Formats: sequence, C-alpha cells, structure tokens
Amino acid sequence: MQKITEDLARRRAAELMRAGEISCLLGWKKGEFDYDVEPTVFYTPEEVERELVCNVFSAANLSKYLISLTRKAEGRVGILLKPCDSFSFNQLLTEHRFDRERVYALGLPCEGTVDTFLLKERVGEGIYSIKIKDGALEVETLSGEVKEIPLSEVYAERCLVCKSRRPVAYDEMLGEVTPDADEDRFAQVEKLESMTAEERYAFWQGELSRCIRCNACRNVCPACSCERCVFDNPTSGVETKAPSEDSFEEKMFHIIRAFHVAGRCTDCGECSRVCPERIPLHLLNRKFIKDINSFYGDYTAGAEVGSRAPLVSYTKDDPEPGQGGQK
Amino acid sequence: MQMTDYKPKIVAFCCNWCSYAGADLAGNNRLSYPAEVKIIRVPCSCRVNPTFILRAFQRGADGVIICGCHPGDCHYTSGNYFARRRMALLFSMLDYLGIERERTRVEWVSAAEGAKFAATMNDFVSTVAALGENRRLEDLRCKK
Amino acid sequence: MKRCPLSRLEDLFAALAESYKLYIPTDGEKGSSFTLWSEGAEISRRLNTARPPKDFFFPQSEDLMGFKTHGQTVELVDLRTEKEDFALFGVRACDAESLNILDRVFLSEPGDSYYASRREKGVIFTLACNKPAETCFCTAFGIDPSRPGGDVSCIECGEYLYLEPLTQKGEAALERLSAVTEDCDSAEAEPQREKIAKTVSRLPLADLSTEGFGEGKTDELFSDERWAELSRCCIGCGSCTFVCPTCQCYDIKDFKNGSGVVRYRCWDSCMYSDFTKMSAGQPRTDQTSRFRQRFMHKLVYFPENNDGVFGCVGCGRCVAKCPVSMNIVKVMRTLGGKKDE
Repeated sequence: MQKITEDLARRRAAELMRAGEISCLLGWKKGEFDYDVEPTVFYTPEEVERELVCNVFSAANLSKYLISLTRKAEGRVGILLKPCDSFSFNQLLTEHRFDRERVYALGLPCEGTVDTFLLKERVGEGIYSIKIKDGALEVETLSGEVKEIPLSEVYAERCLVCKSRRPVAYDEMLGEVTPDADEDRFAQVEKLESMTAEERYAFWQGELSRCIRCNACRNVCPACSCERCVFDNPTSGVETKAPSEDSFEEKMFHIIRAFHVAGRCTDCGECSRVCPERIPLHLLNRKFIKDINSFYGDYTAGAEVGSRAPLVSYTKDDPEPGQGGQK
Repeated sequence: MQMTDYKPKIVAFCCNWCSYAGADLAGNNRLSYPAEVKIIRVPCSCRVNPTFILRAFQRGADGVIICGCHPGDCHYTSGNYFARRRMALLFSMLDYLGIERERTRVEWVSAAEGAKFAATMNDFVSTVAALGENRRLEDLRCKK
Repeated sequence: MKRCPLSRLEDLFAALAESYKLYIPTDGEKGSSFTLWSEGAEISRRLNTARPPKDFFFPQSEDLMGFKTHGQTVELVDLRTEKEDFALFGVRACDAESLNILDRVFLSEPGDSYYASRREKGVIFTLACNKPAETCFCTAFGIDPSRPGGDVSCIECGEYLYLEPLTQKGEAALERLSAVTEDCDSAEAEPQREKIAKTVSRLPLADLSTEGFGEGKTDELFSDERWAELSRCCIGCGSCTFVCPTCQCYDIKDFKNGSGVVRYRCWDSCMYSDFTKMSAGQPRTDQTSRFRQRFMHKLVYFPENNDGVFGCVGCGRCVAKCPVSMNIVKVMRTLGGKKDE
C-alpha cells in the first residue's frame, strides 16, 4: 500500500517537474536511518525518482515551508500533503500566507505515522534497519536480532485520534482516501478535566517544568507563522530562552502560544511530535478546540478556506466567562 | 498564615467608558471597597491581552478581574463581545492548568453602576482572600 | 581496580549517598534523567539520559547577583546557591568528555567561579556503554565508550561492576566504598571492553570521520555553497543546542522584579534571532548563517582555539531530537571526508 503510494508520488512528481508544471517539490527523503525521514526540497526529477520517501515515517508537516518557498522559488511549487497537513495548508491560505496559484498540491492517503520514540522504546535497543511490511515493521537491531512490531503499537497518538483522513485541499489525489480513525480525540482532555484542580496543576507542573525553551513547538507550528514572535522581542519583557524556577516563564509561553493559535490550530500535532522532552503540548490546543466547539459551535480550523475563526467573531448571546460555557 | 491579616492583591482592568466611570461613581458616592484593588484603566475590555493577566499574576496579584461595558453597550460597538470570547477561553484554560478559577472574573459594570462596582469588588476580594496567596502562577524571582 | 557485585549495587549507592548527594539516571515514561537517589531507585536501562549532565555544572539558568535600591544607594546581593558535594553515577563516556570541553571554556583564565565551584564539588562515576545506540558516534572524536573518563571509570562485566579511579577525587570517593568493593585484577573487565569495541565497530555511524575539519579550515568551509542546501529545512529552533552536552553559549540578562533587579545567566542558542545581538543588530541575519555558525563552531573554530580538540563528543542527542533531522552527522558527511577515503 505504502510502496504503491510512494511509487505513484515519485512518478507523478517527476512527471510534473519534467512538464514544467512545478519547479520544485516539497517532500521527504531518508535521513541517516530508516526511521529518520526528513523534509526536503527536490529540484530535479531524478532526485525525486531516487530519493522521495512517502511512508509511515514521513511525519513532518510540510505546509509551513510554503510561506518561504513560494517567495523564493520560481514557477509553481509542488507539495505532498497528508490529510492532516491539508488542513494546515487551508489555514495558511485563509491567513493569506502564500499564493494558492503558486502551488500544486499532491494529496496523499494516510493511515498514520509512527512515533519514533515509541518505536525505539518498543525495540529497546539500537535500530540497524527497518523494513515496512503490511501492518508491521520488521526491525533489525544492532545486536542482529529481527523483531516484528505491529504498526498499531507504534502509531503516534495524534494519528490514532486523527480528526479526519479526508484531505481538504489538493490539486490531485494520489490513491484512495483511507477510512477515518475511530478514537475520540478529546478523551485525554476529558480525563484531565475530570481531575481535581490540584491534580491538574500537578500534572501540568510536572510536564511544563521539563520544558527547555527550545521553541521547537513554536517554530514547527504552521499556525505560528508570525515573522517576528513576541517571545523573540528582547524588549517585550517575556523570556525567550530561560526557564524559570517554578516554571512561570514556561507556563506563560505555552499558555500564550496556545491562546494565540486558538481557533487557528488544526490539531496537526506537530508541537508534541517535535518536543524533545515529550511534553503533550497538543493537549493545550485540544482543550481550546474542545471549548470552542462546546461554547460557540463546532469549528474545524482549515476545513475550508476563508472561514472566520471563532476568536475574530462573536454572537450576542455567547456564554459568559468563568461559567464553563453556560449561557 | 493568619487569614485575618492577609490582604489579597487584586488587579482590576477597567474599561475607560463604563467600568472606570463606575469606579469613579462608587468613589463619589462614598461607597467603600478594599484598597487592595488596583485599577488599571484600559481603553476597552478587549484591550486586555492574556499576557496582561499572566503578567499580573507573575508580579504578585492574587486575583485579576476585568470590567467592561455591558454586552451591547460597548463604546466601540463590539469590543466587549470579543473580550467575552477571549476571556471565556482563557479562564477555562487556566482552570484546565489547575489555577483556581475563582481567581479570575469578568464583570460588566456600567458608568451608572457605582454600587455594583463596589459590591463586585468586595465580593471578589473576599473570594480571593479565602483562597489565600497565589502560588500556582507565581514567579519566585519576584520574591527575591 | 576495584569491583562490586552487581547484586550489591544498591549497597554501593547507599554507601555513596552517605558522603555525597548522589544522582543516578533513572527511567521515566518520557525518557531518562539524572535524579536524586533514594532507596530502591533503579538505575536506567536506557543508553543515556535525555538531557546531558551539563545542567549540574552549567545550569540552563542561574542567578548571578541581585541589586536592590534603597533611596540613593544600591545594595548588591549575592544570589548564588552553593552546591553540596555531589556524585553523578552512570555518566557515559561522551558526556564525561564533554565536561573536559566545557572546562576549556569556563576554567581557562579568567575562570568562571560559578562553574568552577560546581566542578570542584562534583565527583563523576562514568559507566561504559554496553549497549550503544545507532545514533552514537563518539569514536569519531576519539572517545572509547568502553573506557569512559571522569573521576571513577566503571564498567559492568558479568556479575560485577568494575571501578577504576582516574583522579585523586575519584580515589577518595572509592575509599569510602571499601565496605562494598574488593580489589581485583584489571584484566577481568577486558572481555567486556572487547565486546563493546566489536559492537561499536558495527554501528551505522562508525565510518564517520573528522577528516576535512579542524584547524585551518575556516576559509575553505565558511564559504562553502552547500551550507544553504544543508540548512534549507532547518526550522531555527534550539533543540540541538539545548540537548547538546558541549554547547556553552550563554546570555546574561536582568530581570526587574519590582523591588530590584536579578541578574541571571541563561543558555543561549546560535539558532535564535537574538543571538549575539548588538546595538547594530544581529550579525547573522539568516538561518543559513546561524546554522553554519553552530557547526563551524564545533568543527572548526573550537579546535582552532583549543589545540585541535573538537567541540562535539558524538553523543547523538541532536541526531535523535532534531524535529527535521538536520544534524552534525549530515554536515560531516556532506562537507567532510570518510574514514576510508
């Protein structure tokens, strides 16, 4: 299945490039290891045919790169979009961050991506190579042992609760749309909500105190597309890089960041994927999404281009603050 | 800590057109409310950025209250409607992070409601006083 | 050389904890970290901690001093917190070597007294890597993971933990462990060292070499056109710098707390837009030059100023943590040579 998609993507992208339809392609290629698949820009059809990788390790959301690439590149930019990335793509369009005419989007079917941390934990030792089979990974370890690991055990959490596998933006779809995930994506948020305030505080204090202020969550986030972030302004009085005792700065950063992307966050889960300390940052964003849905009616950022985000609109009978959504 | 001596620090963001005038009226009418309430005048309740609220807590506030015109009466037509959405989400988020929800409040106070202003502040101060000092959003560097 | 049966590891920790605040790597759900030892704490089975032990000597942020104003006078407040004697057990060879690199920066004249006092108070028990990871490449920098440095070099072999003091501080520490250790022949641990050497030679990054980098390469590498391609997808976050055991850049800032000023120092990252910002602005205005700075510093400038010693120890953390798989390995492969060439 994956191999078929990859072959198709390689062929189509190379064709488009040869026909002059696109000048370059945003895609993924293999890094140092089999699981280490990195975002890249291809400029020649030969590179595409040789190196393009579309598999369970193609986890990075490429849509944010369009902002800079469409400004630099000549002609149209090709991009591979997983269904979740297509929501970010639409959201960026809604915010006029790039010109739709300058992009040719190839939609990819997706059954989920692998959380490499989980995979490494599951394997328990150094990984030498990985073969992707139907529904499982065949991992050869450094000690020479071969382990078969079911994909279902190492899928990223964001994929198990994926909001939709139906792509919302593409010029051309490569392959068939895959069925949606059936797990409830708000279950974890609800679990936290059901705790006492002390327990919730302890939970978040434990998580956020690990933050090293590397800003990976912000820099990878397609909704965080400000040219200059308030946290990068040394005169704003908010701290960019130093965690503080008792984690005030970390809380400030993560609350403000989540608030800033509230109503625009498509729940792509990149923030949690890239966190070197594995802080479940998506649970902050998901809380806002859940609240927005329950206070102001269902809204999915990026589902359609040009929709009005909940925080830039209002109705006269909105619920009052502090009432948990009661009117 | 002895509750009797403890006086919570309260920051009140008041919109220029309604609530600040309401506070004025409370003063003119000699209605008393605790001196621990520090009023910050803002052009409109929607001027209040979430960073202001977190910053107030960082700098030692034990409670933050935002006062604006009644919905429908905003001097800028719709500012308080936006503020209402923002604060509804932000307060819910603070609650989610385990920060006591009683420490934050939004109240609509018109220029004619001096009595309501004083009553609101008295009530808010006693609520926060019962919670004690803010420890969950404190910045220890401010105590050095 | 001394040895201690692995079954008595708990007793060894207890004996150490009598004289030092003892930190050992323990496993958490989200990775391993050095935590204060308490009875029953189990040593991590993962290869290495998520964050290097750098924090113990050069914490991510630390208060340097405070200023308080009283009318016309300013009072200086000493805010430093002195550490008690402490011991780190289970530091890997790469991380132990990283401290030697930090020493070159912080202990050369004029020395950094904050760092120096922590270095003085800390005893490091290193542990050989019986199970290296695929991201390891310490051998490229001449580090032998079977003979880690530090104050006491340890290796697990068979039923025993072998301990060899390398410094006076290490000898003093071992003397306090006489109840749980016994003398032994240093050859006893050899089979394990050979085993490690064999495993290491088969690592996927074993062929990585520093060929093409080092002293005198500044002009050639600085203007290399491939930096642009290498850095193209870098998102400019600081993950690599903040998980790095050798990154030592820092910023000094003032925090106005209402009653005065707290002057603190925090790690800085060359990936950030305000790195080395001066009144005229930031000298490196694009991500390519920031990216180049990071690797040029480790592979060229540092050896240039430090007798050829590279500023990387091959711990592999940046390889594992980079959100978009940009890392020093890729730079070395692209711009340098291979061992066999």
